[in-house]
Amino acid sequence: MSPNLPRVSASIGLPKPALQQVFDNLRAAGFSLVGPTVRDGTIVLDEIARLDDLPVGWTDEQEPGRYRLKKTREALYFNYGVGPHAWKQFLHPSCLRLFSVEKSNGSWVFRPPEEPPPRYAFVGVHACDVAAIGILDRVLLGGEFRDPHYARRRENIFALAVNCTRVNPTCFCTSMKTGPRVTTGFDLALTELPEIFLVEVGSDAGSEMLRDTPWEAATAFDLGRAARAMQDVERQVERQLKTDDLPRLLYDNLEHPHWDEVATRCLSCANCTLVCPTCFCTTVVDTSDLRGTKGERIRLADSCFNRDFSHVFGGNIRPNIRSRYRQWLSHKLASWIDQFGTSGCVGCGRCITWCPVGIEITEEVNALRAKAAK
Amino acid sequence: MSVASPAMEIRNPADPMLPRPAVIQAIRPEAAGIATYSLAFVDPADRDAYHFRPGQFNMLYLPGVGEVAISLSSDPAESQVLGHTVRYAGNVTRAIGRLKVGDMLGVRGPYGSHWPLEDAVGKNLIIVAGGIGLPPLRPVILSILSQRDAFGRVLLLYGARTPADLLYTREFGRWREAGIEVNISVDMADESWRGKVGVVPQLFYFVRMEHQNTLVLTCGPEIMMRFVIYEALARRIPKNAIYISMERNMKCAVGFCGHCQYGPNFICKQGPVFNYAAIEPFFGKEDF
Repeated sequence: MSPNLPRVSASIGLPKPALQQVFDNLRAAGFSLVGPTVRDGTIVLDEIARLDDLPVGWTDEQEPGRYRLKKTREALYFNYGVGPHAWKQFLHPSCLRLFSVEKSNGSWVFRPPEEPPPRYAFVGVHACDVAAIGILDRVLLGGEFRDPHYARRRENIFALAVNCTRVNPTCFCTSMKTGPRVTTGFDLALTELPEIFLVEVGSDAGSEMLRDTPWEAATAFDLGRAARAMQDVERQVERQLKTDDLPRLLYDNLEHPHWDEVATRCLSCANCTLVCPTCFCTTVVDTSDLRGTKGERIRLADSCFNRDFSHVFGGNIRPNIRSRYRQWLSHKLASWIDQFGTSGCVGCGRCITWCPVGIEITEEVNALRAKAAK
Repeated sequence: MSVASPAMEIRNPADPMLPRPAVIQAIRPEAAGIATYSLAFVDPADRDAYHFRPGQFNMLYLPGVGEVAISLSSDPAESQVLGHTVRYAGNVTRAIGRLKVGDMLGVRGPYGSHWPLEDAVGKNLIIVAGGIGLPPLRPVILSILSQRDAFGRVLLLYGARTPADLLYTREFGRWREAGIEVNISVDMADESWRGKVGVVPQLFYFVRMEHQNTLVLTCGPEIMMRFVIYEALARRIPKNAIYISMERNMKCAVGFCGHCQYGPNFICKQGPVFNYAAIEPFFGKEDF
């Protein structure tokens, strides 16, 4: 390694405009840059190239069923919480061709997609979302079978993470032990201070991308400021989800009347599963040409809130909202642990913000717990 | 419940969702709207590599139409040609119904857990099937036939809606000759029917059985299996001696699509065959 690059696990100070050099280095190394940008009144994840593409000077206000962008006086780059998008849209695309099939010499020939997926550099990955990627790894790579489409996208990513320096009322990462500080699974991790980025180097690749930047070893002053900012943020997380009685609480109360009560509010719209950074369910559709000699199999994102999700011959296993909400919640917080050795929830709060009727996963568990104790 | 070892499977390790082409060698009508398709892989290497255990299933794929999970219904000892008894019920199975001998399908598998035939050696077996629940149990029966002395008493309790819906009737004679006690009932008789009338679990009342050293293997509608479990437990057969085969919507068969979740289990991985003791907390929960 070049002597003018920082070591792995070093903390450095980086002038904010120098982040552009990091972007340029990533692009020169062949990465497709995706990160936060303002669109449609939200901060979404999309292709970016320049620092101006980031949501400079914007922040968000999130509450159950409510999301608003707001201009701020400070020109901060990462002064926002997670938005409606999650990184799964790049790693586990909502629409993907699994294979094409063609009749040739009397037999069917199946061909997997050949074009290599982009090599993504993710810019601005919050701690909860780093944890979410770790969960998707377990689901799609950690079992008896490996999803090759996920594997091809996942193995080459560059993660430029950010430590949260502010908290939304929907956040509960401290309960799920995923944040607000990024501790693992990153190449570079930024903490945004008023005039510089404090950067922790997580890998050789991360160090390499700091080439030609005017970085300096972090000062004790900067390290102290960043540490205090992280402590403050941690204290500001008010929302709590008690997890020590899960999964038992949910398994023992699968027929509790509280599910009926939730069902009177839940619209079964599937928003929560779309915004959830770990929900991975899919369906498939098949297409063919008119002669029936060529076809394609397309995988699409699906949701356990969709009515057809549980269709079997003779009927629908989960014909009502009560059973579908119960499936979602009990999978996320209970059976996920049995299946993959981890909760399916990272405490990002997206399902709370984007629920059109403001159902809060944390409050539903609390309510069930309180009622079950009676 | 273990799954077959990976060396025995037609699963593309690089891409578990990719089928392999197979050709229909024979179609045998079984009942109205039900037929058995004998499939052979086009590639001889696939034919040699493929082995399955009783109770496992394949994903059958029709380009442009879709894919469906179908249990293997043939003898596991003869894995060059694979039997699938299909009821024409949905889009894909109805399209399979329009195929002819010589037509092509995509096949991947085998998937899922299997009936505990190894554990059954030296024991009595009560095999209880309803309707299209018999095909996943037929490989068990055929395996028993080839090593009948290895097992104790073997009872088959089988029922269908009407006499015309009964499957494999032409094989019952051979099964009986081999010492399998075949007990049949139908929900609704017609004028030709001389046998028992009633739902499958009622067949328990017509046979004497030992509760010790006995395994129950059952497959059929969930409501039927529920009553089979009641009847078995009432005869002091322990929960962990009862095995059931479950059905749920399934898109991928490899645990990625999420559709077949059943509490902590994926039907495609931990199932379809479950020990009842393992899923008792979830079995019969309303709309679960």
